[in-house]
Amino acid sequence: MTKFTAEDVHYFANFAKLTFSDQEAEVFSEIISELVEFGDALKEVDTDNIEPMTHPLQMFNVLREDVPQDVLDRDEMLASVKEHEDGMIKVPNIL
Amino acid sequence: MTLMKKTAAELQALLHNREVSVKEVTEDSFKQIAALDGKVKAFLALTEEEALAKAEALDNSSIEGRGPLFGLPIGIKDNIVTKGTATTCASKMLENFVPVYNATAVEKVNDAGMVSVGKLNMDEFAMGSTTERSAFQTTHNPWNLDCVPGGSSGGSAAAVAAGEVPFSLGTDTGGSVRQPAAFCGVVGMKPTYGRVSRSGLVAFASSLDQIGPITRTVEDNALLLNAISGVDHRDSSSSPQQVPDFKAALTGDIKGLRIAVPKEYLGEGIEEDVKDKVRASLKVLESLGASIGEVTLPHSKYASSTYYTIATAEASSNLARFDGIRYGYRSESAKNLEEIYLRSRSEGFGTEVKKRIMYGTYALSADHHEELYVKAMKVRTLIAQDFASVFNNYDVIVGPTSATTAYEIGGVAENQVTLYANDILTVSVNLAGIPAISIPCGFSNGLPVGLQIIGKHFDEALIYKVAHAFEQATDFHKRTPSIGEGTN
Repeated sequence: MTKFTAEDVHYFANFAKLTFSDQEAEVFSEIISELVEFGDALKEVDTDNIEPMTHPLQMFNVLREDVPQDVLDRDEMLASVKEHEDGMIKVPNIL
Repeated sequence: MTLMKKTAAELQALLHNREVSVKEVTEDSFKQIAALDGKVKAFLALTEEEALAKAEALDNSSIEGRGPLFGLPIGIKDNIVTKGTATTCASKMLENFVPVYNATAVEKVNDAGMVSVGKLNMDEFAMGSTTERSAFQTTHNPWNLDCVPGGSSGGSAAAVAAGEVPFSLGTDTGGSVRQPAAFCGVVGMKPTYGRVSRSGLVAFASSLDQIGPITRTVEDNALLLNAISGVDHRDSSSSPQQVPDFKAALTGDIKGLRIAVPKEYLGEGIEEDVKDKVRASLKVLESLGASIGEVTLPHSKYASSTYYTIATAEASSNLARFDGIRYGYRSESAKNLEEIYLRSRSEGFGTEVKKRIMYGTYALSADHHEELYVKAMKVRTLIAQDFASVFNNYDVIVGPTSATTAYEIGGVAENQVTLYANDILTVSVNLAGIPAISIPCGFSNGLPVGLQIIGKHFDEALIYKVAHAFEQATDFHKRTPSIGEGTN
């Protein structure tokens, strides 16, 4: 089986915007190795000339009239925001 | 005797004859919750004040236009957004999140005159099958408080089984309505993908998720699905397919019905006692005029691997939105933007969620995308084709809902592969996008066993017809756990 190492945990965590201590990375490397082995079972299936199924229903070009609907109230939405000012969401200085 | 174990039809008769008011029905639900939920722990939040105010308004409303669900209490799984009421997904990430709009399904139950009494516990972000993964509390199975209620809609199933509410909404991505319904001895339907709008359902795996009703009886289930179905401009994957009256299908007549039993569903890994109850149920259906044939779903054994690859890939993308910026948990210790993302997500998500995000990220990464994600989508095609070829010759597929009855709390090892193997009976239905129901079909050591009936796309009416015929010929749905006895 493909071993998912602690280094792999740190490497993929970076894409997922997660962070793990070295100790946690060891634990997750075991857990995810099991999943990798589990997913590898698919390799034995013959899928030549089989189309991937992206969606359970065949529906195309679902359109509606281009008019604004269900516009949410900004003040209500800002009530969930930790820090905001003048209707804008505040984050730490990024420059 | 509590009103919460009565059917919708019985409650409507009482309301119609003014023997009870909507307010009294609502109060009875809160009384049951107060008496039982300390042990069951199904609810994460109660909305008593709003519910009683709505009940009073309904009592004063015109008699005209009252439907079959008018004035009846319902609980909502906590991953379905409710305006003004916290919707946590049982995650620290959304502990204080108060939505500013209602999910379409919630709008529809409101429009039907139902009274929402609160929000129901679940596995964090619906990732789990025991409800032990909730960040807040573990729900207990009303039939045996030492056991899990199943999951992820464990709160929704346990609340109905205990007689706290007669109706609830759950969600089913890989069995999360059907398996807890089976474990708790109630009726749970996973509708066809697209039958019910997903607008306002916090997304786990968008190509698999569906909202579904959980009730005590098949008729009540049909009534609730009637209420929540239909195309919705807020969810472009909802189907414009016409919604029939599901209740009209409950004729009791299944003469000539062709039932397929996949040999994989009564094979290795399924408990003997569960198999026995399913075989006995098939005899009941046969006695009602159905014919039974054995079939094979050859790609079943890959269903679980396919499901985990697709569901985690979609989840890793869907859960990217929880970044600590606009809503949800934000880490106090973060000093810059990157740290807000990393620390808020790492502190806000539980282990199971992180595990799935990590594997999903791996499955979608440039080096593994073809061999894992695309491969899984191709196997998904094969799984859907297996079902389609069975349905060329049969009307429904019948088997167990779960390989076992409810396990003891804490009793399922962290061995995820064992848990995942249990999913084989349910996940393939989500992969194919077809509907399936779980109904009570017996007991094993005092714990309920669920019978699963699977149908073609948009053929919920036939599933209900079969489920109802079985229910009328048996009395499993009439049994209730002793925990609810003596209340009221």
